[in-house]
Amino acid sequence: MPESNNISNQPEVFKNTLTELFENNYDQIMENSSGKIKSLRQKAFGIFKKNGFPGKKTENWRFTDLNHLFRNDFIIDFETKSQKVDISNIFTCDVYDLDTYCVTLINGWFAYNNSPLTKLKNGTIIGSLYKAMEIYPEIVEKYLGSIAKLNEPGFVPLNTAFMQDGLFIYVPDNVKVEKPVQVINIVDSQKPVFLQPRNLIITGKNSNLTLIHCDHTLTHNISFTNTVSEVIVDQNGYVDHYKVQNKGRNSSLITSLFFKQEKGSKLFNNAITLNGGFTRNQVDLLINGENCSANLNGLYLMDNNQHVDNQVFVDHKAFESLSNQLYKGILDDQASGVFSGKVLVRRDSQKSQAFQNNKNILLKDDAKVNTQPFLEIYADDVKCSHGATVGQLDPNAMFYLRSRGLSERTARQLLMYAFAGEVVNKISVEPLRENIIKLVEKRLKGELSICDQCILSCNSREPKFIQNIVD
Amino acid sequence: MLSIKNLNVSVEGKPILNGLNLEVKDGEVHAIMGPNGSGKSTLASVIAGRDYFTIEQGEVTYMGKNLLEIPPEVRAKEGIFLGFQYPVEIPGVSMTNFMRTAINEKRKHQGLKPLSGAEFLKLMEEKKKLVKIESKLANRSVNEGFSGGEKKKNEIFQLALLEPKLAVLDETDSGLDIDALKVVANGVNMLKRKDNATILITHYQRLLDYVIPDVVHVLFDGKIVKSGGKELALELEEKGYNWITKET
Ligand SMILES: Nc1ncnc2c1ncn2[C@@H]1O[C@H](COP(=O)(O)OP(=O)(O)OP(=O)(O)O)[C@@H](O)[C@H]1O
Ligand SMILES: [Mg+2]
Repeated sequence: MPESNNISNQPEVFKNTLTELFENNYDQIMENSSGKIKSLRQKAFGIFKKNGFPGKKTENWRFTDLNHLFRNDFIIDFETKSQKVDISNIFTCDVYDLDTYCVTLINGWFAYNNSPLTKLKNGTIIGSLYKAMEIYPEIVEKYLGSIAKLNEPGFVPLNTAFMQDGLFIYVPDNVKVEKPVQVINIVDSQKPVFLQPRNLIITGKNSNLTLIHCDHTLTHNISFTNTVSEVIVDQNGYVDHYKVQNKGRNSSLITSLFFKQEKGSKLFNNAITLNGGFTRNQVDLLINGENCSANLNGLYLMDNNQHVDNQVFVDHKAFESLSNQLYKGILDDQASGVFSGKVLVRRDSQKSQAFQNNKNILLKDDAKVNTQPFLEIYADDVKCSHGATVGQLDPNAMFYLRSRGLSERTARQLLMYAFAGEVVNKISVEPLRENIIKLVEKRLKGELSICDQCILSCNSREPKFIQNIVD
Repeated sequence: MLSIKNLNVSVEGKPILNGLNLEVKDGEVHAIMGPNGSGKSTLASVIAGRDYFTIEQGEVTYMGKNLLEIPPEVRAKEGIFLGFQYPVEIPGVSMTNFMRTAINEKRKHQGLKPLSGAEFLKLMEEKKKLVKIESKLANRSVNEGFSGGEKKKNEIFQLALLEPKLAVLDETDSGLDIDALKVVANGVNMLKRKDNATILITHYQRLLDYVIPDVVHVLFDGKIVKSGGKELALELEEKGYNWITKET
């Protein structure tokens, strides 16, 4: 890579290196930013410089140790731009029955076969954020940074200061995007890289979008990705958003996903974490209009010493809306998990309904999970509930299954799969659900390799039918 | 087929079975009766291979093998079936998937080819009719939301599918309406062959009107204190257990 920079060691040192890096590469970073975006970056940079990274005492970071992130000689690359590459050289995506607009980010940069920004017949624009800054500055200016919170320490301001490229989608009013958009984030580098992709998704009034976000590593090398996404769902819009993460054990991923829903809109978000050395997913939802519904689901299946941290925050800022969180996890070996779900129902948000549930299964004594469901309610006419469980596989159910001739292993798999199924079965795009079911089954059988390049069975030659879970 | 000699079993240091003896031969139907807490379910669980009991003493031989050394799933594949007193609800595991897996595991064990999806469905339909179980039950998750009686019927459905050699039915007749009771009895009778056997654990003589037992045992305080013909059940119904305890 041309003009790369080594950065290293401990939060303070790491922070200083990054601030220096920002200052030294200022012109390049600002290159295609309009005035408004420039000042957004500067503001974000100022906040990062002042606050630095979150520490063990920072709220919402107490159970997730970041130190390993500051230890490696990461490389930040300012030079590579969106590139025209033959993606099929890297992998081919032939998702069974699932016809998608498939786009790819390689090391945070948009990769394309024809053009970095495509405008579909219905007016939908899909492509590179970097390019969109240049071609559609008025849209980008209006929305970029509009809902991502800069006041929290660390990663969102950092991303906002440094962001270069990422996925840009603009769906005009009254457009139903028929095919799901699938974006595949690939980390593929021989050197340890630090990537900060930025995604901006805008769906107009009465519009529809299904977006599948897949995170992969094609390398066993150390990598660190800090992604920020902003997703705006305008009035009566419908967004079905998936995040499927299957990353190498040496990869670290921090994603901050901000949603804003306007009146009458519907949102589904599914975060499926199958593998990943270190994964932190923050979902921040602002319900800004009445009669919205939001379903936020998560599934995490961790083993070895993987760590996963899900942070969910829902702000009911309008009345008569519904939010429903269901996060489930299975932790094996010494894996660790964190769930923190917070719902805020503001005083005027009467008739809100907010439900929250986190269920965990620990398969080994050394596995652990820290769960904190939390409701903060200022309105009096609301329906809210929260709950969290941590347990083992039900021994009575295990015996029942075994007493009919199922091996211990098969019985465990069936029970684990049933547990995970509650989340997976909520996936409404059928071929996607079937693919994810297959992946979850494989994962629970211990057969899912992180080298299965595309989470949606890209590059796979295996038979395309849903296998019975039991072998 | 099954031979239990001087079986002593405890849970957490508390003795539950105290020197129990039982011989079941091919083709026989045995009924075991006894007051609540006398150890009937414990006996059934030990035969099926539940592991939270401690076997303090004694032996259990099934088809000439030391049963106590065999894991529960292998016992099942060798033909042992336990109809649970309290069938377990398993949300998210479909009856169909469960039974297909169970049957194919057993077939594998017997060196037979697994049933194809179509073959299995055909078999299911057949057995559903036999035990008069509603299709919708078979399509649901294992016992989830089933009524008490439906759960018991579902045990018989599984019994019919798995065709065990030795069935131990733990109060499968409790909580059943008259029609369902006949279905259960029918299931047992239909299964009856020269080379298999059934142990019926029951509190009620009425089941024994439909399934005629060869031997009736009274289990009391962890051991079998009296055995007799089917008239023993009638006597128990009439006189209660006090009569036996006084006698012993
Ligand atoms: N897992 C256990 N832990 C502790 N005690 C147990 C356990 N299982 C059974 N017991 C005790 O062992 C004794 C026998 O129980 P068991 O369930 O075998 O009785 P039963 O004859 O089947 O009674 P019922 O007619 O009520 O079904 C009871 O006192 C019961 O409390
Ligand atoms: Mg009992």
